[in-house]
Amino acid sequence: MIAIIDYGAGNIRSVQNTLKRLGVDSTLTNDPALLMQADKVIFPGVGEASFAMNQLRQYELHRVIPSLTQPVLGICLGMQLLCHFSEEGGIQTLGVFDTNVKAFKPILNVPHMGWNSCTPENSVLFRGIDPTNDFYFVHSYYAELCAETIATCDYILPFSAALQKDNFYGVQFHPEKSADIGATLIQNFLEL
Amino acid sequence: MLKKRIIPCLDIRDGRTVKGINFEGIRDAGDPIELAKRYVEEGADELVFLDITATNDKRKTMCSLVEKIAAEINIPFTVGGGISSLEDARAVIQAGADKVSINSAAIRRPELIREIADPFGKQCVVVAVDIKEIDGDWYVFSNGGRQSTGLNAIEWCRKVATFGAGELLLTSMNSDGTKAGFSLEITDRIAREVTIPVIASGGAGSTQDFAQLFTQTKASAGLAASIFHYREVAIPQLKTELKQLNIPIR
Repeated sequence: MIAIIDYGAGNIRSVQNTLKRLGVDSTLTNDPALLMQADKVIFPGVGEASFAMNQLRQYELHRVIPSLTQPVLGICLGMQLLCHFSEEGGIQTLGVFDTNVKAFKPILNVPHMGWNSCTPENSVLFRGIDPTNDFYFVHSYYAELCAETIATCDYILPFSAALQKDNFYGVQFHPEKSADIGATLIQNFLEL
Repeated sequence: MLKKRIIPCLDIRDGRTVKGINFEGIRDAGDPIELAKRYVEEGADELVFLDITATNDKRKTMCSLVEKIAAEINIPFTVGGGISSLEDARAVIQAGADKVSINSAAIRRPELIREIADPFGKQCVVVAVDIKEIDGDWYVFSNGGRQSTGLNAIEWCRKVATFGAGELLLTSMNSDGTKAGFSLEITDRIAREVTIPVIASGGAGSTQDFAQLFTQTKASAGLAASIFHYREVAIPQLKTELKQLNIPIR
């Protein structure tokens, strides 16, 4: 069973729709027991970090998510919440990835919005994907580069387009909104 | 490198795609879902759906259509038309829209921009601004371009950005439907006034018009409707030609 964490923040249905198009059933849930049983967990998110953290706390998910042992994919805000600290609201986040989330300085337009390429390192998540492929990004905050960065994007400055630590994966872009190339990445995650 | 976006816009009335000229004289342009799927296949970067009658008819946006669109397409899309409260926005986002576009409601009550941006993030909030040049100055119009607000276009766009909009959808009423090119000068002035992306709309008739938009202004995206609906400009060919001009295009 694929579980999609439903914590009342943003557009999560698009992730479920993408899975459906790949022929995969999924469950939207905020139930810790269901999340722990799932084969894989997708942690989506569009929205504001402190609002989202409050939602997670309501359902005890701030304790459950970091303790998961199956493959977990954080998307956009989901990835950022897996980092240590976010300048968005100035809050401690879940602390899985050893990096912090900062606000873009508006040297160029903020949000960073639209299709951009990234340079993936050798990761199964990016199998069949190369630096000429574009993903859809929409974000005003970014995760700093760190040892767990598995793909780098350059906008205003180089930042983490994807992170991985043990069973935890995170992508800053929206694979569920990145046409066929995004579906390839999600398929790679499902095959882990 | 961040790419310039090509955005087909589908004006929706009673569940059908329609197209008017200079905001009037509506004609039918087909089934929105079929059209949307065709655009995704052709390489459109994003889609915008505007319920053009919603504001005047006081109707709420079409959530069931939004659900169907979300099930079918895998690129981002914006939904607008008649969104006048946080609850309206929430309904459309929960139906599957990535962004909501607000226009007249933001003019009536600019705080609405922040009310939607707070829970959903500013990237969810597109503020559509319909502008018209009168005696050398640009002014904002509301209610589908029918009502003059007296607001100065540049000042309003600046204000919208400070109220927390994630993006501006700027339509030049003077150019809309003319196929004579975007209103380049005002688009560039506004795009330089704000640090959020500007989608230029109104006037696209050819590849050359998009080329000028992306080389002569700071706009992040170009939006058009009928030229794509009726295949006067084919998106794959448009994107190939823009790439040949070294414009960053997906």
